[in-house]
Amino acid sequence: MIEARQLTKRYGEKTAVDGLDFTVRPGSVTGFLGPNGAGKSTTMRMIVGLDAPTSGTVTVRGRRYAQHSSPLQEVGALLEAKSIHPGRTAFDHLTALAYTHGIPKRRVHEVIEQTGLQSVARKRSGAFSLGMGQRLGIAAALLGDPATVMLDEPVNGLDPEGVLWIRNLLTQLAGEGRTVFVSSHLMSEMALVAEHLIIVGRGRLLADTTVEALVRDAGGDTVAVATADPARLRDLLSAPGVQITGEPGSERLAVTGRSAREIGAVAAEHGIALYELTQHRVSLEEAFMNLTRESVEYHATRPARSAA
Amino acid sequence: MTTVTDTRPAAATPTVPRPVYKVTGRGTLRSEWSKFWSVRSTWITVALALIALVGFGTIAAFRYKSMMSGGARHVDRDFLDATSVSLTLFGVNFGQLALGVLGVLFAAGEYTTGSIRSTLTAVPKRLPVLWSKVAVYGVVAFVIGTVGSFAGFLVTNAIVSGTAAHLSLTGDVARSLFGAGLYLGLIGVLAAALGAILRSVAGGISAFIAVIMLIPGLLSLLPTSWQGHVGPYLPSSAGEAIYTLHQQSDLLTPGKGALVLLGWTVLAVAGAAWRLVGRDA
Ligand SMILES: Nc1ncnc2c1ncn2[C@@H]1O[C@H](COP(=O)(O)OP(=O)(O)OP(=O)(O)O)[C@@H](O)[C@H]1O
Ligand SMILES: [Mg+2]
Repeated sequence: MIEARQLTKRYGEKTAVDGLDFTVRPGSVTGFLGPNGAGKSTTMRMIVGLDAPTSGTVTVRGRRYAQHSSPLQEVGALLEAKSIHPGRTAFDHLTALAYTHGIPKRRVHEVIEQTGLQSVARKRSGAFSLGMGQRLGIAAALLGDPATVMLDEPVNGLDPEGVLWIRNLLTQLAGEGRTVFVSSHLMSEMALVAEHLIIVGRGRLLADTTVEALVRDAGGDTVAVATADPARLRDLLSAPGVQITGEPGSERLAVTGRSAREIGAVAAEHGIALYELTQHRVSLEEAFMNLTRESVEYHATRPARSAA
Repeated sequence: MTTVTDTRPAAATPTVPRPVYKVTGRGTLRSEWSKFWSVRSTWITVALALIALVGFGTIAAFRYKSMMSGGARHVDRDFLDATSVSLTLFGVNFGQLALGVLGVLFAAGEYTTGSIRSTLTAVPKRLPVLWSKVAVYGVVAFVIGTVGSFAGFLVTNAIVSGTAAHLSLTGDVARSLFGAGLYLGLIGVLAAALGAILRSVAGGISAFIAVIMLIPGLLSLLPTSWQGHVGPYLPSSAGEAIYTLHQQSDLLTPGKGALVLLGWTVLAVAGAAWRLVGRDA
């Protein structure tokens, strides 16, 4: 459980995180989404106390991260910026972390195996590929068997197999009752694993929602219909929860709340000719872009404004 | 803007049985110890420090020997009243460079490589990390300095046996050699603290060199009366007071010298602590 209250971080003039309020609950994967520079990494650094908030608070299971007696057991974090000495081997890196908490060597071997690093564990991490480095970061995050797993863009640099591995890992961790908090700027990626979404733009909270609700609010799935008798079809399809729009005099209708299959069946039953029947899936990516457009556009138009 | 508040009850705590770990001072110390020895640069620099401590004394001893036995038509002033201790301690100047660089690497390297983020997520209270680093490096630099000085003395003394420079291992000689170890231990910690304050390897090394070489050099440009007041209290002169065999008028007593150098080191470590707690990592 992570709770942010009015969490704010300023770097000089720049406000990276601006009054964020959110709660990340255990037992499911929560996606942390936002365009570049939205403040995701900064928020995550504040959660584990690497950066101090300018104002507001963020707690993990009711306490500031630093106040826990076993921090690595509370939060396992994979951060965006590299956090490993390139001259140290994977094994030595994990061992040094383990010593701080009295975590046994056995556990070090376990996470090395779990992340598939056996063959390179004794190599200096500076020689690792991007994906291997990412796996080592994840191994370090899992080391303390943490109640909360927090990963900043974990699929960066991973091959398709690695991406799949992460997806399964996240689902598994959440299934074990842990709090799983994962950032990304790709909605499509998040939609596959996350149940909850916290969406930020320019440091502000844009939405604290579920994948389901986001789709619903974005208008759900629409079916485009072109027919010989739009007025009659409209009457036949209308029911509570069904929305039908169409220009007068046009043969085209847009239907939400009914599947293409149902519409086709109704039309056939009543002998109405259909010229087109297309299901439009509202992509989550679109819903996300709609939400974040303002915060992205602001950056793009700023120079023009100052010129004017 | 969409804001849906999740009202589901919080899910149960993790179902997997979890062992209880705890971050401790001892654990942090072990961690820093293992981090120190698990990078190659440590071994290289330690070897360099030992080579400098023993090697430069050896070279000086051979030079002394050949001058003395070569009729000594003109003996360098440096060598006039040389002893096997003073010859040995030629190496301290170079040994302190190696140990200073290693101290800076140990502390500032965490920032330049980013490993500080791993370190501080494991020990978010932060200060135990600094205390552990200081303890690990203070002990290591002291031991290397002491071992190097004694080894250097044995070699040097053997080379100059039969000359006026030969000394037996008296209490004073041992004090001088331990003093060199103490000096190297403290100056090593000072270097590590500078690295932690500046968070940059290049910056830390520059600052360290300024402290041990540049500032004493600049001081020689000041009026002599000032030099007499300030000079003995510089870290390098205070250190020299600890390990010099014969009392010199322009130096503090060994005890005072040790206190003054300790003072400088404590000051630098306090600065590092203040930086560590007060600034984002
Ligand atoms: N240490 C810092 N000093 C100054 N500005 C910073 C610092 N860290 C972050 N910022 C600024 O704060 C803003 C938020 O950055 P942050 O890295 O948190 O975004 P992000 O959401 O993680 O972006 P991305 O998707 O690109 O990783 C950016 O404008 C960034 O330039
Ligand atoms: Mg980021």
